[in-house]
Amino acid sequence: MTAAWPGVDAEWSRRIEVPSTAAADPAGTVRRWHVLDNGPQLERLGLAPAGTLLCVHGNPTWSYLWRSFLAAGTDPVHPWRVVAVDQLDMGFSERTGVFRRLADRIRDLGDLTDALGLHGPVVTAGHDWGGVISLGWALAHQHQLAGVVLTNTAVHQPGSSRIPAALRLALHPAVHKWGTTTSDAFLRVTHSLASPPLPADIRDAYMAPYRGASRREGVGNFVADIPVDASHPSHPELARVAEGLRGLDVPVLMLWGPRDPIFSDRYLKDLIQRIPAAKVHRYEGAGHLLAEDRDIAPAVFDWLTANIAGSGAGTDGTGAAGSAGTQGTGQGHPVPAAQDPFRPLWALLGELSAGPSGTGTAISEMAPDGSAGRSLTWAELEKNVADVSAGLAGMGVGSGSRVSLMVPPGVDLTVALYACLRLGAVVVVADAGLGTRGLSRAVKGATPDVLVGIDRALAAARALGWAARLVSVHDLPAARRRILGVETSLTALARAGARSGHRTADGPDPDQPAAVLFTSGSTGPAKGVVYTHRQLAAMRDTVAETFGIHPGDRLVAGFAPFALLGPALGAVSVTPAMDVTAPRTLTARALARAAAAVDATVVFASPAALRNVLATQDGLTTGDAAALSRVELLLSAGAPVPEPLLAGVQRMLPRASLHTPYGMTEALPVTDISLEQIRAAGTGNVAGAGNGVCVGLPVHGARVAILPLAADGTVPGDGNSPGAEPVTAPCVTGEILVSAPHVKDSYDRLWLTQQASAATAGWHRTGDVGHFDAEGRLWVEGRLAHIVTAPGSVVTPVGPEQAIESLDSVRMAAVVGVGPVGTQAVVAVVETVPAVRKAGPADPHLAARVRAAAAAAGVSVAAVLVVPAQPTDIRHNAKIDRTRLSLWAAKVLAGGRPGTP
Amino acid sequence: MKVLVTGASGLLGREVAALLVRRGHAVATFQRRPSRVDGAEDRCGSLTDDAAVRDAVRDMAAVVHLAAKVSFTGRAADFDEVNVQGTRRLLDAAREAGVRDLVYVSSPSVANTGAAIAGQGAEPADPGHAHGNYARTKARAELLALAADAQDFRTTAVRPHVVWGPGDTQLVERVLERAARGRLPLLDAGAALIDTTFIDNAAAAIVVALDRMGHVHGKALVVTNGEPRPVGELLAGICAAGGVPAPSWSVPGRLARSAGSVVERAWLRFGRQEEPPMTAFLAEQLSTAHWFDQRETRRLLDWTPEVSLDEGLARLAGYYQPGSTAGPRRT
Repeated sequence: MTAAWPGVDAEWSRRIEVPSTAAADPAGTVRRWHVLDNGPQLERLGLAPAGTLLCVHGNPTWSYLWRSFLAAGTDPVHPWRVVAVDQLDMGFSERTGVFRRLADRIRDLGDLTDALGLHGPVVTAGHDWGGVISLGWALAHQHQLAGVVLTNTAVHQPGSSRIPAALRLALHPAVHKWGTTTSDAFLRVTHSLASPPLPADIRDAYMAPYRGASRREGVGNFVADIPVDASHPSHPELARVAEGLRGLDVPVLMLWGPRDPIFSDRYLKDLIQRIPAAKVHRYEGAGHLLAEDRDIAPAVFDWLTANIAGSGAGTDGTGAAGSAGTQGTGQGHPVPAAQDPFRPLWALLGELSAGPSGTGTAISEMAPDGSAGRSLTWAELEKNVADVSAGLAGMGVGSGSRVSLMVPPGVDLTVALYACLRLGAVVVVADAGLGTRGLSRAVKGATPDVLVGIDRALAAARALGWAARLVSVHDLPAARRRILGVETSLTALARAGARSGHRTADGPDPDQPAAVLFTSGSTGPAKGVVYTHRQLAAMRDTVAETFGIHPGDRLVAGFAPFALLGPALGAVSVTPAMDVTAPRTLTARALARAAAAVDATVVFASPAALRNVLATQDGLTTGDAAALSRVELLLSAGAPVPEPLLAGVQRMLPRASLHTPYGMTEALPVTDISLEQIRAAGTGNVAGAGNGVCVGLPVHGARVAILPLAADGTVPGDGNSPGAEPVTAPCVTGEILVSAPHVKDSYDRLWLTQQASAATAGWHRTGDVGHFDAEGRLWVEGRLAHIVTAPGSVVTPVGPEQAIESLDSVRMAAVVGVGPVGTQAVVAVVETVPAVRKAGPADPHLAARVRAAAAAAGVSVAAVLVVPAQPTDIRHNAKIDRTRLSLWAAKVLAGGRPGTP
Repeated sequence: MKVLVTGASGLLGREVAALLVRRGHAVATFQRRPSRVDGAEDRCGSLTDDAAVRDAVRDMAAVVHLAAKVSFTGRAADFDEVNVQGTRRLLDAAREAGVRDLVYVSSPSVANTGAAIAGQGAEPADPGHAHGNYARTKARAELLALAADAQDFRTTAVRPHVVWGPGDTQLVERVLERAARGRLPLLDAGAALIDTTFIDNAAAAIVVALDRMGHVHGKALVVTNGEPRPVGELLAGICAAGGVPAPSWSVPGRLARSAGSVVERAWLRFGRQEEPPMTAFLAEQLSTAHWFDQRETRRLLDWTPEVSLDEGLARLAGYYQPGSTAGPRRT
C-alpha cells in the first residue's frame, strides 16, 4: 500500500489499537488507528531521538502531509521521532460511524499517545483544524510539552467577522453533504490550492484514503464541526483552547502560507496576539498546503535544534528571546555597555514647545501653487500630537496596536506618526513606491489594526480587502464615510482627544517595536522591517551627529524616510510641493520656494528628485537662486548619486556640502561620503580603490565589516564556520556587515529571513557585496544575489557597470549572468542614448565598445543586449531588477524573441 | 610515437596531423585522397574498405579518428556506411593491431536534441534524438568508440564545437559566400549565444587528449574557445575579416527552420548536389544557443585554449588580406 504514497518509507506505516475514552464512544470501545511513525526505524538504526514530534493533519488531508518531517526526523544529524497520525474517520484510520466533535478528537489524540506510550519531550505540529486539536492535546499534556509548531490554522473566530466565504459555502445546507461526502469536491478543491500544482502521484496519494462516499463521512463531519458561532456545540471547547494558549510557555513556531482563502493573515494575527513570543515566518506566495508548497522541514528542524532542550545545540544562536509581537531576536549587537539614557524620538518636541521657540514654526508644507501652506508652531505640534494620541487611545489603540499610515509626508503624517509612537502603537509605513500589488501584499502581511489614510488609500483598503479599522485624515461627508467604511478622522480624533484631556503618563518600553518600514522590493517581495523605539532614537542621534543637524536648523524634507526625522531632530521642516512618493516630481522651483519659506539650511532629496531639479532649473528666479544659495547641507540617499549629477547640484547650491549616505531600510544610514570625497576617491593610488561605488566611511556609531566571499561566489551560512570571520582588511570582497544601535530589530513575520540576516552573531548581513580600500573607505560592488559566477571568476556587477556607463552612448548598464552557476556567461544589458526602440542584441560596433570597457575593468563579456529602458524599482527609480533582466537575457540569448524585459 | 590520423584532408584533420608532426610524432594519415601534410605518410583508402583500414592501423600506437561523411544533406545509408560502420571497422582493426589509444573526434550535435544549450557539459550521445543523419550517425559511432574503452585500448571522444579558421570551407567560406550574395539572414536578430572553436585550439585539444589519455579515457569532452558570442556578432566578425558586408536582415528563427526543411526536402528530391541555401540544421545551429561548460574539459585536459576569439578573427582577416600568401585563391 505504501508503494502508492510517494515519499513515504514503508517502515513508517503502522496500525495500533487504542482504547477510547472519548465521550462519543461507549466505554470499552477500542479504535484502530493508522499512523506514520519513524520510531521503530530510529531504533533499528540505533539513533536516539531528541524527542517526539506529534503531527496532526487537518481536513481533508492525512498523515501523508507530514512525510517530509518523518524523513527529516530520520536524518542522523538531528534524529527526532515523528508520529504523524491519521485522525479517526480520516486517512487510513477506522471509520467509526460516530460524529466526533472537537472535544472527542482532542481526547482521541490523548488516547493514542497513551497507547503509544510517548516518553520524553513532545513537540506538537498541526495544520488546518489539526492545529486546534494539536493545541488541545498540548494544553492537556503540558508536563510533556516542549514546543508547538503551527501551520495555517486558527483557534478563534473574531466576534465581529464572518467565517471565510469558502467555508460558508462548504457549510451551506445545499452544498455541505454533497460537496464534502457524496462527491470528492472538497478534497479536490483543497488539493488544487497547492502552488505549484501537486504532481498527479502526490494528488492520488492524498485522495487514496477517501475513495468512495462512505470513506468520506469524516470529511463532512469535520466541516460540520466547525464552530461558526457561539451557539455551536464545539464552541466552548474551541474557546477553551484559544484562551489556554495565553498561558503557554513553550517555544512556538508559526509557519504560514498567506495565499490561503480560509486561514488568512487575520487568524495568524490572532495567534500572534495570544502567543506574542512565537517565531513567525510567512512564506510569501505559498498557500494553504504550505508543507507541499515549500520545503518547511529544514526550518522546523533548525528551530527544534536551536530551541528545544535535549536536541543538541540548546541555544538560539542569535541571543535573547524576541520582543512581543515581532519575532525580534534582539540582535545582540556589540553595542557599548554604557548606553546613553534613552531619549524617545519625540523628546525634543516637548522641550522646544515648552521653551522660547514654542511659538516658532515647527513644521509647514508648501501648497501646490508654490505659496506657503499649513504650518504648526512647536507648541501647536506638541498639542496636536498629544490630542491625536489621546483620541487614538480613546478608540482602543494602545501599546502593540498596529497603525498603518497612508498619508503623504507633511503636517498630518507627522502628527499621526508621533501620536502613535507616543502611545506605544506600532506604525506601519508602506508607501505607494511599492506598486499597488506590493503595497497590498505588505499591508495584508502586516495586519494593521487601524489604517489612517487619504481618500485614495481608504478606497484601496476597501477594494483590496485590507482588514483594518479605517480613519480618514479630514472629516468626510457622512455618505462618503459610509461608502468607504470609515470610522472616524484624525481631525475628529484630535477633537475627542482634546476634550478627554487624556495624557499618557509613561512612554512606551524603549525595546518594544515602534515601527514597521518596508524595503523597496527591488530584490523580491518587500519585507517589513521592525524598529524598536530605542533603535529609532538611535537613528535620530546618528543623523544628528554625523551630519550636524541640530535644533535651529531648517530643512526641506523632500525624501520620505528622513522627512519624518525633522521634529525629532528639533529642526524646522518644510515639505515641498511634490508627490513625495514619486521623487521625480520635485522641480527646482518647488525646492527653491520651500527653501525660501523657512530659510532652509538643509535639504533632503532623493537622487531621482535631484535629477528632475537639475532638469527644471531654468525656471529659477534670482530670489529662488538666493534661497538655494543659503543651503549648507544636502543629503541624498536611496541610490548611488553619480558625480556629474552632484556637480550640477553643487552649482545650484554653491555653499552646500553635498552628502550621499549609503544605507538600507534595515540600517539608515551606514556610511557617508561627500562630493569632495567622491572626487578624491576617483584619484590617487589607494590600494583597493575602484571596482564599485565608493560610499565612504561608517557613520557615527556604526561599525562595518566584510564577510569574505568563498571562491564560488557565495558566503558561508554562518559566521562561525571556519574561514568566515568578518574582516576589515582592505581589498577583501564579501558581504557587507553592519553593526550599530540604529540597525533594525528584526524582519516582521519573517523569522527565517531574520535568522539568515543575523547568522553572523552581532552583525546585520546586508546582502550587499563590497570591500574596503586602504583608507578604510567602503566600496559597494552590488547585491549578493546579483553576483555572476563566470568560469574561474566571480564578477560583482557595479564595477563593470560603471566602466560601461562611462561610454557616452550608454545611460544605464546592468551586468547579469546567464547559464548555470559556476559557468555563467556575462551579459551586459545597456540602455542607450538615444534609447533604442526595440530590445535585442547590440549592433557589433556598440557591442565591441561595451566589451572593451568591461575588459578594462577586468570582466570579459559574452553578449551585449540593448533595451529601450531598464526595469527599475518604483521607489527609487534607480535599482535595476537584475534578476528579471537575467531571466530575460537568458531567454533572448537562447534564441527566443526579445520582447521587453 | 606512431600516430594515425584519419580524415587528414579536412581542415581539422590536416591541422591535427601537422601539429603531431611538429611535436615529433611519426604521423600517418588515412583518407581517400592524399592529405599532403608535410612530414606525414599518406596511407590512402576508404573507411568502407576492411583491408585498407587494417593496413592503415598497422604498427600504430595511437589513432585520431576524424574521417566522416560531413554534410548537412545526403542519404541516410551513406552516412551509416561511413560514419558508423567505418568507425566500427577502425575500432576492430585498431584493437587487433595492438593500438593503445584512440581519440574519436566527435561533435556536440551528438547530444543535441534541438533545444537551446546554455552552459551544459558533455551530455551522453543520443542517436535517438540527434537531429539529421550526420549527428545521428556520429552519435552511434561515438557510443561504439566509448564502449570499446578498455585497459589496453583506451578511447575518448573529443567534441569540438563549430571549428573555424583560415582555410575553413564549412563555415567561414559559406558565410562569406552567402553574405556576399546577400543571402545570409540573421536569425532572430542574431541573439543566440554560440560558442565556437578556433582551428588551432581544436587541434591542440585533440593532441592534448592523447597525452592525457589516463584522465580522459572513457569520457566525452566538449571543446570550445569558451567565449560564447551572439551569432550575429560572430557572423559580423567573420564577414568583417573576410571583407564582405555583414548580414543586416532578420527572419524569425521558427520561420527559417521550417523554410529550411522545405528547401532541404526539395533539394534532395531534385537531386541537387551542392548545398541548399538554408537547411533546417543550419537554421537550428544559428538560431538557438549552443554554449558549454568548459570547466571539466579544461580540468581533465589541464589545458586552456591558446588563441582567443578576437585573435582568431585577426588571423582570419590576415588570411583574407589582399596579397596574403596563405590566403585563398579567389576569382
